[in-house]
Amino acid sequence: MMIEALMAVTFAAALVVFVAPDEYAGRLAAALSLLPVVGSLLMWAQYDASGNALLGGDIAFETDFVWLSLGNLDVHWFVGVDGISLPLLVLTTILTTLAIVSAWTPIDVRQSQFYGLMLFMEANLLGVFTALDFFVWFVFWEAVLVPMYFLIGIWGGPRRKYAAIKFFVYTNIASLVMFIGFIALVFGLGDSVSSMRLPEIAQALRADQLGSFAGLSADALKLVAFVAMFLGFAVKVPVVPLHTWLPDAHVEAPTPASVMLAGVLLKMGTYALLRFNFTMMPDVAKALVVPIAVIAVLSVIYGAILALAQQDLKRIVAYSSVSSMGYVILGLVAYTTYGVGGATFQMIAHGLISGLMFMAVGVIYNTTHTRMLGDMSGIADRMPVTSGIFVAGAFGYMGLPLMAGFAGEFFIFQGSFQSTVHSAMPLFTAAAMFGIVIVAGYLLSAMQRTLFGPFRFDGDYEVTEAAFHDVAPLAVLLLLVIVLGVDPDIFFTMIQQAVNPILETGGGL
Amino acid sequence: MAGALALQSGPLPDWTAVSPALILALTGLLLFVIDSIDSDSDNTVLLAGLSTVGSLFAFGVAGWFLVEGTGQAATGGAISLYGDALVVDGMSLFFTLIFTIVAAMVCIASLDYVAEQRHQAEFFSLVLFAATGMTLMSMSNSLATAFISLELASLPSYALVAYLKDNRGSVEAALKYFLIGALSSAVFAFGISLVYAATGSLLLSDIASSLGDADGMTGILGMGVLMLLGGFAFKTASVPFHFWAPEAYEGAPAPISAFLSSASKAAGFAIAFRVFVEAFPLGQLPAGVDWVLAFQVLAVVTMTLGNFAAATQENVKRMLAYSSIGHAGYALIGLAALTAGGPNANVLGASMAHLLVYGFMNTGAFLFIALVEYWGVGTTFEDYNGLGARAPMACVAMSVFMFSLAGLPPFGGFFSKYVLFYSAIEAGFWWLAAVGAVNSALSLFYYSRVVKAMWIEDAAPTLELGSKPVGLYTAVIFAAVGTLLLLPAFQPVIETAQTVATALF
Repeated sequence: MMIEALMAVTFAAALVVFVAPDEYAGRLAAALSLLPVVGSLLMWAQYDASGNALLGGDIAFETDFVWLSLGNLDVHWFVGVDGISLPLLVLTTILTTLAIVSAWTPIDVRQSQFYGLMLFMEANLLGVFTALDFFVWFVFWEAVLVPMYFLIGIWGGPRRKYAAIKFFVYTNIASLVMFIGFIALVFGLGDSVSSMRLPEIAQALRADQLGSFAGLSADALKLVAFVAMFLGFAVKVPVVPLHTWLPDAHVEAPTPASVMLAGVLLKMGTYALLRFNFTMMPDVAKALVVPIAVIAVLSVIYGAILALAQQDLKRIVAYSSVSSMGYVILGLVAYTTYGVGGATFQMIAHGLISGLMFMAVGVIYNTTHTRMLGDMSGIADRMPVTSGIFVAGAFGYMGLPLMAGFAGEFFIFQGSFQSTVHSAMPLFTAAAMFGIVIVAGYLLSAMQRTLFGPFRFDGDYEVTEAAFHDVAPLAVLLLLVIVLGVDPDIFFTMIQQAVNPILETGGGL
Repeated sequence: MAGALALQSGPLPDWTAVSPALILALTGLLLFVIDSIDSDSDNTVLLAGLSTVGSLFAFGVAGWFLVEGTGQAATGGAISLYGDALVVDGMSLFFTLIFTIVAAMVCIASLDYVAEQRHQAEFFSLVLFAATGMTLMSMSNSLATAFISLELASLPSYALVAYLKDNRGSVEAALKYFLIGALSSAVFAFGISLVYAATGSLLLSDIASSLGDADGMTGILGMGVLMLLGGFAFKTASVPFHFWAPEAYEGAPAPISAFLSSASKAAGFAIAFRVFVEAFPLGQLPAGVDWVLAFQVLAVVTMTLGNFAAATQENVKRMLAYSSIGHAGYALIGLAALTAGGPNANVLGASMAHLLVYGFMNTGAFLFIALVEYWGVGTTFEDYNGLGARAPMACVAMSVFMFSLAGLPPFGGFFSKYVLFYSAIEAGFWWLAAVGAVNSALSLFYYSRVVKAMWIEDAAPTLELGSKPVGLYTAVIFAAVGTLLLLPAFQPVIETAQTVATALF
């Protein structure tokens, strides 16, 4: 019942904050959001399961009962966590609290609604990462979109309405494509499954119980479903060329929403890819290794090049997310313990680091009201603490050792070099590694132009160090990035235990 | 009280099975008594309170009967009354739940809406008489009672639509509604006479048993069935008798629009389900009387037309009117996906469950319109701009209704549509489900316009909202909570619906 309690508390907190007066909605939301943080950390402390939830491993904090019995496909309320979902759960709760604190300064209208939506989104994200029944999972998956649509549409920048609609339409169409793909699979499995529970479906698929459906042979059906689901999730990740909603959404979104979008919502895509495509259909994934690896490398390089061309600090960080998520895809398709495990670890690391970067850009923007590289320089003179953390975060992004980004990327590269799924994998890896060089290039140049050099600022605003509550979330994130970089085993051990079963029966390693 | 006594003293006499209808009728009469004692009464709280309590009491009794198994297989099957003219079974009780809860929400919401109007007692008693008629519709076991109860439900509705008699729109809408209603009643009555000519009976079971003897009269029977269908199409606001709906819903007082588009529509379905399934059972039909095909055509046309028309509206109330036509199309799947020997109870039950969920979300949406009308804000999408910042709770409720109507998780409408489409696929009508799903996806466009206007657009500087009316708020929030709770609690609803539907086949 731990997970239900966690969600119930978060939903209740959202409701309370929604009707609270605007004046102290932010403080109240931050205080209440500590409850899920404590809850998820308790779960982490008590976690004693191992193995993959979908492939017969232990499921921690499991609840399973029939919600809706319907013909021969029951819908279960089935939630639980394993080594893949628990770190994401912890990431979600911590990042939400920090994002809420970072919203105190920039959000100055309709605060109670803003914080209510943030908490509502958190509750649904908890659902996405814990649901083990397709139906329950899909309900939460869709429900996450609604608060994000409002967060961008109401509190966003000048083109917020366009960005919000674009985000909503892109991701909704993607969900539809994915839904059709998955439901086709379930119908293809016929009587070999009796419910929408993911473990049941995953095990049936891996045991080759797929029949033909709608005139497609089992193999063709599997291929079509894999592609449909891959496309559906790829929009969320996003990978090139399905990424075009991302910069618009990020640039227009208010900083706290960007933090959640980059930090957690993008991970929904990679998490779903891992859970569905790569766990359920390893044979198809391995057959399609070349196109997938090409997409991954393309995302890494093209995303980085796009970032290089931007003048807006937030766009730079946004495009660099596309690049980083490319590494995750590369790690997943490698099918080695370090590849898939590293990809999962990178989800956490990137969640923290990109959250840090977006927040830092937001703090600078709060003071200067501009994010354009050409409008300022030498900000470090006036905002030394913020700038310091910004630089540290950027080095984390570039993969400085002893920071979480280094661990994640190192695992991925090691895993994909060792990969035996295709003889060209080392080549793909080498190509993707060039991404790091470009990342270093654009981040260093951006920092050099804005933070360092003589102080110059064209605006009318007084540039001074940000308030304590603006800098504190940055410091906490930096601390977490360093802690995870120094000791990746905080999460990596449980991740590996959950990842290995995917590889074993799939014949990898 | 009567129920509690009866528990100790053995089974209730059979006539008590119609007590939900009796309670509604008696409450309506009681309102007349109050009115005759104090004809100038403007004690809206008393009138609205009494009618709400009456409806809720009827709801409670019907719910209790349903749980106890009155009229179901567990307690000896359907209870037939008055020479089989009425029958109380699980299905009629299930529909009674929909009518009474919608009536209760409408009555409590009207507390504020009619506070400034004259003839308040008449307003509430007409609502209750219409609800009585609907309850009787769901119990009709003969074409004669079907016709009479249909008129009993319709006549008060005409008067209710015209309730704002100084308002041109209201009167015009009532006249259109009345004319089309009269026409469809005539068509319906003609259909009854043709069916009688072909089969020699008005009782549904007798019609079914004499279908085999209708040789040579097949053409007449077919015409009769088609004309009956016209009568139901009117009541459910389906194509081709849907023209009145946008006019009547737009012109009527918004709580009455809610009542008509939720309860009255459900009543039309209740009677259509029983008449077609009982009197013209599949597999015993003479060739050429294929009403399932007719419903398939109607379902597809109705949902598509309703959706496309809704997408082009600028007036929110009118958009909801067309969306209500679209939803009639979804509910028609309940009759369109039937096959001889197929999983018919599942299909019909899914349609019934959808109507129940629809009763909450659609009533709530129209009551929100009533709230906006109460504030004197305009009726177009643009007039709704920025409402979310001024009245967040009501707008959250409205967003719940809109997303639920569109079939988005995590609301009741998601499951009810999913189960409906799933049952259609199960019955082999995957194309029907596909049309429904595509329509449902398209509907998100116009529903989300309301949400976008309320929350994302900026308010006009002149936007001023008045006080927060207690009755309307209570009803709207109640409907929203109902819509939400029907997601986790959908299993008992669908289970009950499919069980009671089994008894029909």
